[in-house]
Parts: sequence; structure tokens; C-alpha cells
Amino acid sequence: MGVEGIGASVVRKEDKRFITGKGRYVDDIKLQGMTHAHFIRSPHAHAKVKGIDSSAALKMPGVVAVLTGQEIVDDKVGNLICGWAITSKDGSPMKMGAWPAMAPETVRFVGQAVAVVIAESKNLARDAAEAVVVNYEELPAVADVHAAIKSGAPQLHPEAPGNQVYDWVIGDEGATDAAFAKAANVVKLDVTNNRLAPNAMEPRAAIADYDAAEEHFTLYTTSQNPHVARLVLSAFYNIAPEHKLRVIAPDVGGGFGSKIFIYPEEMVALWASKKVGRPVKWTGDRTEAFLTDAHGRDHVTHAEMAFDANNKITGLKVKTYANFGAYMSLFSSSVPTYLYATLLSGQYNIPAIHAEVVGVYTNTTPVDAYRGAGRPEASYLIERLMETAARQLKVDPAALRRTNFITQFPHQTPVIMAYDTGDFNASLDAAMKAIDYAGFAGRKAKAKADGKLRGIGVSCYIEACGIAPSKAVGSLGAGVGLWESAEVRVNPVGTIEVLTGSHSHGQGHETTFCQLVAERLGVPISQVSIVHGDTDKVQFGMGTYGSRSAAVGLTAILKAMEKMESKAKKIAAHALEASEGDIVIENGEFKVAGTDKAIAFPMVALAAYTAHNLPDGMEPGLKESAFYDPTNFTFPAGTYICELEVDPGTGKTSFVNFVAADDFGRLINPMIVEGQVHGGLVQGIGQALLEHAIYDASGQPVTASFMDYAMPRADDVPSFNLSHTTTLCPGNPLGIKGCGEAGAIGASAAVINAITDAIGKNNLEMPATPDRVWRTIHAA
Amino acid sequence: MYQTVYHRASSVDEAVALFSKSSEAKFLAGGQTLLPVMKQRLASPSDVIDLGKIKELQGVELSGDVLTIKAGTTYFDIMQNADVKKAIPAIAYLTSVLGDPAVRYRGTIGGSIANNDPAADFPAALLALGATVKTNKRSITADDFFQGMFTTALEDGELITAVSFPVPAKAGYEKMRHPASRFALTGVFVAQTKSGEIRVAATGASQSGVMRVPAIEAALKANWSPSAIDGVSISASNLLADIHGTAEYRANLIKVMAQRAVAAAR
Ligand SMILES: Cc1cc2nc3c(=O)[nH]c(=O)nc-3n(C[C@H](O)[C@H](O)[C@H](O)COP(=O)(O)OP(=O)(O)OC[C@H]3O[C@@H](n4cnc5c(N)ncnc54)[C@H](O)[C@@H]3O)c2cc1C
Repeated sequence: MGVEGIGASVVRKEDKRFITGKGRYVDDIKLQGMTHAHFIRSPHAHAKVKGIDSSAALKMPGVVAVLTGQEIVDDKVGNLICGWAITSKDGSPMKMGAWPAMAPETVRFVGQAVAVVIAESKNLARDAAEAVVVNYEELPAVADVHAAIKSGAPQLHPEAPGNQVYDWVIGDEGATDAAFAKAANVVKLDVTNNRLAPNAMEPRAAIADYDAAEEHFTLYTTSQNPHVARLVLSAFYNIAPEHKLRVIAPDVGGGFGSKIFIYPEEMVALWASKKVGRPVKWTGDRTEAFLTDAHGRDHVTHAEMAFDANNKITGLKVKTYANFGAYMSLFSSSVPTYLYATLLSGQYNIPAIHAEVVGVYTNTTPVDAYRGAGRPEASYLIERLMETAARQLKVDPAALRRTNFITQFPHQTPVIMAYDTGDFNASLDAAMKAIDYAGFAGRKAKAKADGKLRGIGVSCYIEACGIAPSKAVGSLGAGVGLWESAEVRVNPVGTIEVLTGSHSHGQGHETTFCQLVAERLGVPISQVSIVHGDTDKVQFGMGTYGSRSAAVGLTAILKAMEKMESKAKKIAAHALEASEGDIVIENGEFKVAGTDKAIAFPMVALAAYTAHNLPDGMEPGLKESAFYDPTNFTFPAGTYICELEVDPGTGKTSFVNFVAADDFGRLINPMIVEGQVHGGLVQGIGQALLEHAIYDASGQPVTASFMDYAMPRADDVPSFNLSHTTTLCPGNPLGIKGCGEAGAIGASAAVINAITDAIGKNNLEMPATPDRVWRTIHAA
Repeated sequence: MYQTVYHRASSVDEAVALFSKSSEAKFLAGGQTLLPVMKQRLASPSDVIDLGKIKELQGVELSGDVLTIKAGTTYFDIMQNADVKKAIPAIAYLTSVLGDPAVRYRGTIGGSIANNDPAADFPAALLALGATVKTNKRSITADDFFQGMFTTALEDGELITAVSFPVPAKAGYEKMRHPASRFALTGVFVAQTKSGEIRVAATGASQSGVMRVPAIEAALKANWSPSAIDGVSISASNLLADIHGTAEYRANLIKVMAQRAVAAAR
């Protein structure tokens, strides 16, 4: 490892511009003649739009246009799509209602846009929006899954009777029933996985710029995957063919999944820009973010686990109701199915699993992938079940897990996934040691003497990352392949540009990706730049989500590097009059092994471009590209243990210690990995203790600002004690598994297991607010 | 934000005169309540009269047994002030757990009590300490000043100039922070005056804003100790209930916070 190579905690290159306020986000961009959009949004959870009167608004100063849902439908802009087809157990395809970019007839959640005002300034647009009169006829609404599936419930879409999108199953029902019939013990649990608002620091924004002469659109947008945005806008929404549409995702301030999707606002901005003949900018505010960014989670589950007399798990049955909100967002259908139920085996040998998932429409904001996407729900369920089982079977929770760990790899679970490698005992051992698990009983007794209830909670998570092998996801209904692309361009003076289809919106790619180049060539990372986020600059790519950018994106860069190096070696061998096989790369030089003959990398690059002295038949230039499609998912796994105290007077939780032992395979930049784990853990703790996007029974959001929606703050979370127990991923040449989501996947169960241990009552839903914990302590 | 006219007053008289000349004016102190409300277009004052540069509204004075805090003094300045820490450390503590650093640097005692949010901290301190609110027109006792959620005895255009607190024998404050906003989910201020009177005020709990808690006052009168409150029962009726706390939970918090405030009282 060089000072800037793989494994070095290099300080992030991009932070200089972020920390000094020089980042360039969508809202920082100002175009000549730019207009501003303000959306008129439904205040009702469910209503018919009977009429829109914009006559008064159109007369107001600075108003350029007021455009409505009917007009966007008339102009044949496509409805929003859901990109993963799920088939119900009866063989029928999922049942989807249409989602137009602005509602022409019916609104189905509070915040859904019905019209947009385009004006000379943001404030003028907002003023005019207040003068637009929308006549609604309110309809009965339903916000909760249980209420939505009752007969007689308000119906959202005629296409989906009973508000049911699908009823999907996985696993072997007969084998699972047989396991339960023979079980020595059965453990049952009901859990709710609370709905979350993603709350990236930067709200969503878009600027659309139509060039009538070229019939060409440029879209600046807050996207995690600009190429996918362009593909969908072009192929499904009829905005423009791909070569007439450039999508730029500049600096993006966090996504957590919520910026994967193509939203109505971007579509409307593009369409409106052509209609008004000027650039159109929209920047969402925080309230709009709460109302319209795709939410996360929102499951209600009943699960049962069967054990034999030796406390070995013999079967698992799960039934989950997933709340999709009012419309099916881009990847929503896959989240509670292939990203959730395929992980229900956890870290355990479970011979038989059967899961059923019912997807349900409600009059709420659409729900889609949010950091972890399906895997936190699976991990939370399994780890709550294991803890419940340990309590019921009266065995130590860590020991029960050990009894059931998978120890042989590869391991085929009964729910599709084939785990390639791992060492679950190693991470459990490391975490138990770090927290002094053995000494806990003594600490609990001491806390009790001080009037505090102390608890410890274990969570052994596993996730499927490195999303994803294209063939595998294609066979499961995905509408796209999930490979990644890269191009390595060596300039004539030897500096290097790496073009990646991944997108960095906080992950630090501009540093880690350079480290691979530094590792291989021995050049300083200052000589390398990472280019991403612009469909005109970068070849087609799939973007960043699902902890994929190192495992898939960086592997694509490696493949391109190998091709480039191979050509560079030929050039060097020719120049040094040596044979290609003898050339080695060291410290920025191409050397003849075992001699002092060497040529510096910039000279090789220059030779490639001057082309005066290249081997016969060789093309000039030094630029190579690669597409990499993984052969399997990767399986990061680990153990989180948390120790905390509950104040019995207030129900308030305070952390004593939180340890994480993760297996992410190879780490490129341990400092950045640590940051990713910290952020993930805080989100997991936020879900466990604080965050909850709540609707009342009529579908009105109750938590649409930070005064009501509790985001975790620094003083809500402990200092983390992190460690790594590494097994290299055999699926990719760098041995990387991914680290972006682990914290959010594993943390919640550790916290709830610890609180329920502290208070001696097992049933406690998230978020475990002080009020809820206090009521649980004092419940009869 | 809607359009508004901004004025910067340099004296109390000027501020009051500007107010009376405008159609729908608002005084602006720290802006921590007024500005968010304006940004959300929930308030549309014709004129905003900034009090921030009025010297006579700044500062703290300790004279004998009376601590006077001028209306425009920020929470941060109150928290740091040596006289406050010496005379009524419970007030210094209260400001240290009020909101977050940004709110503490900008927000003022005058703005807080004029606004009288049912979950604000200062109203509990004023009520428990038997403070007096000074305005450009008169003096109002805390008992008369707070008149229910977001309602005070202030007349239209009346400007708070200062609050004076009799220095107590002992006082303490404890608060359960609202998980999202950091206001008081419930906070209790307990005080024992130099003449031996016991006054206890709870904020964040009641549907009618800050309130005295006679049952706890009686228990503490008999025995000034946390355990004296063990047997007190607080009714949940008329208490606030929302997603962060049921009425029963708040009833419990009144007791628990009172006990902790007594334990912390100095
Ligand atoms: C995130 C956040 C967290 C908060 N947390 C807390 C908390 O934990 N505890 C708490 O108590 N408060 C909290 N607050 C509210 C904060 O204390 C405000 O500062 C306070 O409510 C208003 O004070 P201000 O000086 O900012 O007044 P402004 O917002 O400027 O004014 C508020 C109102 O008072 C009027 N006013 C101001 N000064 C005078 C005066 N001298 N005479 C007459 N009328 C006047 C104004 O006209 C206006 O109507 C929080 C606020 C925020 C934004």
C-alpha cells in the first residue's frame, strides 16, 4: 500500500470545495433568462380535481404561465413508471394505477401537484400560486395498510381492487409447514417497520433548459443516477430522444435512495421549458421534501420461527404488508420483495422459509428505496425474532445466534441468495469482546442500584449489496441491468481522467476511485480526476445506490485500467527495447524487471500521443473503457451490539456503548468507510428512537417539518466503537463487499433489543420514543 | 415571505411610535419565532420593527434582591452572565437547555414571553419566581401576564422592556426536551422565595399554557425534598397530547421533572 493507495485513509479531495462553500449544487446554477416554477399541491389526501381557475394568477406581475395536469396529459408526456415487474402468487402481473406528472383528475396524497406556476422569480411564482383557485371534491382517504385492505375501504385506483398491488410469495410453503408441524418450539412476533422521510440535506431541485434551435434539452438535477434519469425520461416520458437530452447531476447533497427516482417535478420542468421557451428552475423546500420525496420502509409483519429441541431453527414463516403510498415509485415494487424477502435467512441456517408480501396502496406519499431498501426490514425482523426466541427459550441471545450461524460457504439459502463468503463467528466474537459482553451482568446490577435500567442488544445483520448481476435481476423482473461502466483517459502529459457511471453524492468517490489508480500506477492522486454526473461527458452508466459503487463501479475502473496498462506496457517495452512480459509498474515508472531500465509514466503517455515511435500496427492514444457486470451480489455482514440505559422516570434512552464489527471485504479508504458506517448507524438509531413519518387517519401528514419529525442529532447518538473482521469477497477482483448501507441495516435491531432487554418487556415498536418506552414499562 | 417594510428602531420610544404609525406592525427581536412564521407565509406584517439595536433593551442588572434582565438580552448572554449565575443559577441553566446554539444566540427573553408558546421555557421561570414584566407603559406580574397559549396581557403595540426577578432562596429547573424541536415536552421550575413561599410552574404540559402546580407546591411546603412529591397525583385531564407525548406521560413528567428540579435547586 502506497501513501495514497488502497487501504490508506487519504483525506477527501472533494471536501475542500464542500467545506469552503464552493460546491456547485443545482440551486447554485443560474441560466440566462431563467424562470422559476412553483407547484400547486393538493391539500387533500384524496380528491377529485373539479376545476382550476388561473385567470387571476395569469394577470399578476411576472407570471409567465400556469400549466395544469390536463395539459401535460394532452401533450402526451408519459405517466411515471415502475421499473421492476412483480408477479403475484396467482400468476397475475402487479396491478398499477396511472401516475401522471401532475394530476388531471384525481389527487391521491397530500402534496401531489395539480398545476405549476412559471414566473420571473420564485416569490412571484409563489404569490401567483396563491391566486390559482383549485376546486376539489374531497373523497374518503385511507393512510394505513390495515385500513386500506378492509372491505369497504376507500379505493385509490380502479386497476387495483382492494388497494392491492400484488400478493407475492417466495420459498417453499409445504416444507415450511412441515417444519412447523415438527417444531419443538415456535416463536411468534409482530413488528412494524416505521415509515421514514429520507431528508437529504439538499432538497431536490431541477433546472430544465430547452434549446429550440437544436431541439435539445439540458436538465440539471439532484440525481444519484443521471443516465438512468435520461433513459427513463427519453424512453418512457417522451421528453426527447436520448441524444437530444443531456442530464447533469452536479454536486448533490445526499440522496439515501430518494434521489434515484425520476420525479414529476423534473418531468414538468423539462416540458414547461419547451412550452415557455425559457429555462425553468424548481428548488424544493423542506416541506416539499417531506411531502414528495419518496419515503422509506412502512411494513407491518407477522412472523413465526420454528426451532427443534436443540434450538436449531427449522423454519420461518413471514407475512408482510408493505405500504406503497398512493403510486408505485420507480423501484418500489422490488423493495419489499427481492430486496427484502431474499434476505430473510439472515446469518442463519434456515432449511425452510416461506414469505408472503402484500403490497398496498394508501393515500400517502409514495414509498421506495431508502438507505438499505428492504434489507433493514429483513434484518430488523430476523434479529428481533432471534432476540425474542432467546428470551422465550431462555438461552443467551449471542449463543442462540452462534448455534444457528452459517459456517460453510458458499451457502445457498432457501430464498434465492447464495452467500459467497463470511465469518459470522468472527464478527460476533469481535463485537462481544469490544463491549465486554461477559461483564454486562455486573454493569446491569450496578446501574440498577443507581435507579437505571440497563440493557444490551445484539444484531447480526447480513445484506446483499454490489447491486447487481444483470442476468439474475433480469430473471426476477428488473427492467434494467445493473452493471457499471468506466473509461480511463490518459492525457498526453500523463495525468489521468477516470469517467465513471457511478455518482458521488457524499460517498467520496473522487478520492477512493483515485486511490485505485494511485495503487496501480504509483502516481499521486493529485494527477487523477474523477469525472461523473454528466451524460454528455460520461458513457452510459447505472449510478450509485445499493452499496454498489466500489464493488461494481470501481471494478469497472479496474478493468479499464488493466486494458490501459496492458497497452502502456507494450509502448514501454517498445521504447525500452524489452519484452512486454518483463515490464513492471513501480512508483510511476514502467521498468524492465530486475534492471535499472525505466521510463516514467508521463513519457509513456506522451509516446502514445506523439505516436512517432509506437509498435507496428498500434493505434495512437491511451484511453480504454470497460463495462463490468458482477456475477453475484456481495454480502457485507457483521455484528452490532449496543448497551444503553433507560430512565424509568421518563422512558428516555441513553447510550452507554455501541460497537460495530463489520465485514466489508477490502477497504479502499478506512476513514471514508468509517464515515459511511457512522452515518448509517445514526440513521439506524434515528429509525429506532426518533424518526417517524406519521399520517392521521384522513391521510394528513402530521410530521412535515423538523419541529415535529425528529432527526437524530449529535447528542442523540453515542461515539461508536468500530472494527473490521475481513473476509475478501471472491466475486470481484478487489475483494470488495460494500459499506454504504450496513449501519442503517443493522443498528435498529440492536437498539430495540437492548431497550427491551433493559425494561424486561419484549413488545416495543419503533421509534422507541421516551413516551412509548415509559408507557411500555408501566403497562399492566 | 410576503413583502414587508423593515425598520430599525434606535430607542423604545421610536419603536413604539413606528408601531402606532403602521397598519399591521410586528416587533422583531431574535426572529426565532417571527421569521420562520413569515417565511412560511403564515404571518404577513405590513412593517417589521427591529428591536435589536436598542441599547436600553440590552443587559442584566443585579440590585439587592432583584435581578433585572432587559427584554432584548439573548439567551446566550443570559447564560453567560455572572450576575445571573450568581443570583439565580436556575435561569442560567434554563437558557443552556433552551433550543439549540443558533436559537440561543438570537432568541431573547422578551420575544419568548411575548410569544408565550405553551412549550417555552421562560414562562415557567417567570411564573415560579413571581417575576414582574416591565413594559413601556406599566408593570405586570407574571401571574397576570400569561393568559393561556400564545396569549398575554400585552396590549397591541405594547413593548416589553425588561423582566425583574426577586432573587429566591432556592430555585431549580428541569425539562424533558421535545425530541424534534427541543422545546419543553414538559418543564418544571420550582422556587422557594426568601419569605418561604413555594411556587412551582410547569410548561409544555397544559392545554392552557404555562401553569402553577398547587398539589406539588403544597407537598413541597410540607417538606422541600424530591420524595415529598412521590405521593402527589397529577391529573392528565386538560394536559396536552401529541405524537411525542400522551397526556398521561406529561402528567408523569410534571412529577418527575419537579422532583429533579428540587434535587437540582440551589
Ligand atoms: C429550532 C427552535 C427551537 C426552539 N426551542 C425553544 C426551546 O427549547 N425553548 C423555548 O422557550 N423556545 C424555543 N424556541 C423559540 C425561541 O425561544 C424564540 O426565540 C422565542 O420564542 C421568540 O424570541 P425571539 O427573540 O426570537 O422573538 P421574535 O421571533 O423576534 O418575536 C416573537 C414575537 O414576540 C414579539 N416580541 C419580541 N420582542 C418583543 C418585545 N420586547 N415586546 C413585545 N413583543 C415582542 C414579536 O413581535 C413576535 O410576535 C425555539 C425556536 C426554534 C426556531
